[in-house]
Amino acid sequence: MKDSVLLEADQLLETARQLRLDILEMTTKAGSGHPSSSWSAVELVTALYFGGILRYRANEPWWPARDRFIMSKGHAAPLLYAALAKAGYFPREELWTLREVGSPVQGHPIQGMMPGVEATTGSLGQGLSLGLGHVLGGRLTGQKFSVFVLLGDGECEAGQIWEAAMAASHYKAGNLVAMLDYNKYQETGPISREIALEPLVDKWKSFGWNVQEVNGHEIKEVIAALTLAQQLEATAKPQIIIAHTIKGKGVSFVEADFTYHGRALNAEQAALAREEINGTR
Amino acid sequence: MELGKKAGLTQCNKPLRNIFGDALLEVARANERVVVLDGDLGNSTMAEYVRYEFPDRFFNLGIAESNLVGVGAGLAGAGLYPFITSFSSFLLCNAYDQIRLAVAMSEIDATVIGSHGGITLGKDGPTQMGIEDLALIGGLPTFTIIVPCDPASMHAAVKAAPSIKGPVFIRSSRVPMPYIYPLEDTPWEVGKANIVREGADLTIIGCGMMVAAGLDAAAMLAEEGIEARVVDLHTIRPMDKESIVAAAKETGAVVVAEEHLLHGGVGSNVARVVAESAPVPMRFVGLRDVYVESGAPADLVKKYNLTADDICTAAREAYAAKGA
Ligand SMILES: Cc1ncc(C[n+]2csc(CCOP(=O)(O)OP(=O)(O)O)c2C)c(N)n1
Ligand SMILES: [Mg+2]
Repeated sequence: MKDSVLLEADQLLETARQLRLDILEMTTKAGSGHPSSSWSAVELVTALYFGGILRYRANEPWWPARDRFIMSKGHAAPLLYAALAKAGYFPREELWTLREVGSPVQGHPIQGMMPGVEATTGSLGQGLSLGLGHVLGGRLTGQKFSVFVLLGDGECEAGQIWEAAMAASHYKAGNLVAMLDYNKYQETGPISREIALEPLVDKWKSFGWNVQEVNGHEIKEVIAALTLAQQLEATAKPQIIIAHTIKGKGVSFVEADFTYHGRALNAEQAALAREEINGTR
Repeated sequence: MELGKKAGLTQCNKPLRNIFGDALLEVARANERVVVLDGDLGNSTMAEYVRYEFPDRFFNLGIAESNLVGVGAGLAGAGLYPFITSFSSFLLCNAYDQIRLAVAMSEIDATVIGSHGGITLGKDGPTQMGIEDLALIGGLPTFTIIVPCDPASMHAAVKAAPSIKGPVFIRSSRVPMPYIYPLEDTPWEVGKANIVREGADLTIIGCGMMVAAGLDAAAMLAEEGIEARVVDLHTIRPMDKESIVAAAKETGAVVVAEEHLLHGGVGSNVARVVAESAPVPMRFVGLRDVYVESGAPADLVKKYNLTADDICTAAREAYAAKGA
């Protein structure tokens, strides 16, 4: 059984477009959520699930030897759900119940509530530690898998991220791969204005990590970086891919205005966004 | 949600968090020792109103609540009066030990604002909800704990905070709450519960949005011939024992309603007072050992039994037990 999915280049682009659209429709229907934060990382997650990287079995979601994906920036839940639906974990129709009372499609991911949701996140800063735990556990139980964690850049202000970073290099967690969605914005403003993160590459290097930088919207680049990261496991250093991204990517008026953070588009805005995502505008 | 409709309260179209922002700005204008600390949520807590006018006295420490609290406590040590703001869940859960040592044990003069308390933040779901915040802050003995129920009392609480000795916690909310008190000369004093409706048959004690829900319930009960007293227990600590004991003795039954877990919540603290000094039948409205899911606030309060109807049910039971 082949446990990863590798789509052709044009199919990858098409998948990214579909995920963007699903994120739009889910959040607009729910009337709330974080579309801009989700759009920012669409290519990262597309590369992971559909670029031949992540090993998973949608019909056996908790297969013990699966690779793990932990959405540490939990407010990008719509992206996670859209990807899981596309990968076949559950019917796409379930997406439209996002944030409704009685629906397992929670505003932020709750571990196990939907098949494939690996961790409860939404309070930022926690996912990298969980990832390290999976790595250490896999080592003890003799299972070979990789662990991928998606971090926000604002999220990297949290002390726990750096506690995990230190511990991961101490424990030589070569199969821990962090992807940093470096979109340069947090909730209330530009990262550089609120809490400067730079020099970011130096910080991670000094914590003992292998660091790559990519354009986070070039799926091919992301796949190449993820592939290299897995090859670098042998260095016994944890891996981070710092992905330069644009918050709200794909919808120009959202890209241009950080105050869209945490806001769903209304019907009128959604109509414009739909056209942009579909390239019909 | 239709808070206060049945009781005929005047609605306020601004969420309580915006009222908090207005009040904070007024306090910052009046008192130049006031500084505001934010954990990258100023646009949600509305602490950012201060940022626009007093950028030098506003510090966004980012998504780093432990550091936020420590820095706030340090500012207090330098002679300033910090308002440390974020969601109650993130502040109390991420920075509990920092609040415990640097704020509570050190008995500094500072206010911790727990915004988006309870379940009515709604669709963001359980990871963001502060359903245990009052229990947690209750575990820090030196804190004065305040849960305003309307715009006027939010103004009064925020204004009073810097003159209260020692640390203060104020809970704020994402939803609007109807007017219960006048904005001018608000009858509000820390530690002094307010009777907001008279009645002889039983007492409904609430805080936050459950005061308006309690008034609605009282209006419904009145149609059945049951006259309920409604008490706004806005200060959870120090608790106004006198007023609770008087209510128990004079009305013979007590219902406590809170937008919080029952375990370790307001009801359990009121029950301690009642049990010690004036045991009468009691019933409790609140969350029963559950995490609440995502959903519209109106759907959630129904599903998790925090409505005026639920208070009525509890009240009928308590009233019936009184005769037994
Ligand atoms: C511990 C904690 N503090 C605050 C928040 C509120 N919050 C949600 S998203 C966000 C900004 C996140 O910025 P970033 O990590 O850069 O993610 P982006 O949305 O830019 O992808 C904040 C402050 C939170 N979820 N968790
Ligand atoms: Mg960001």
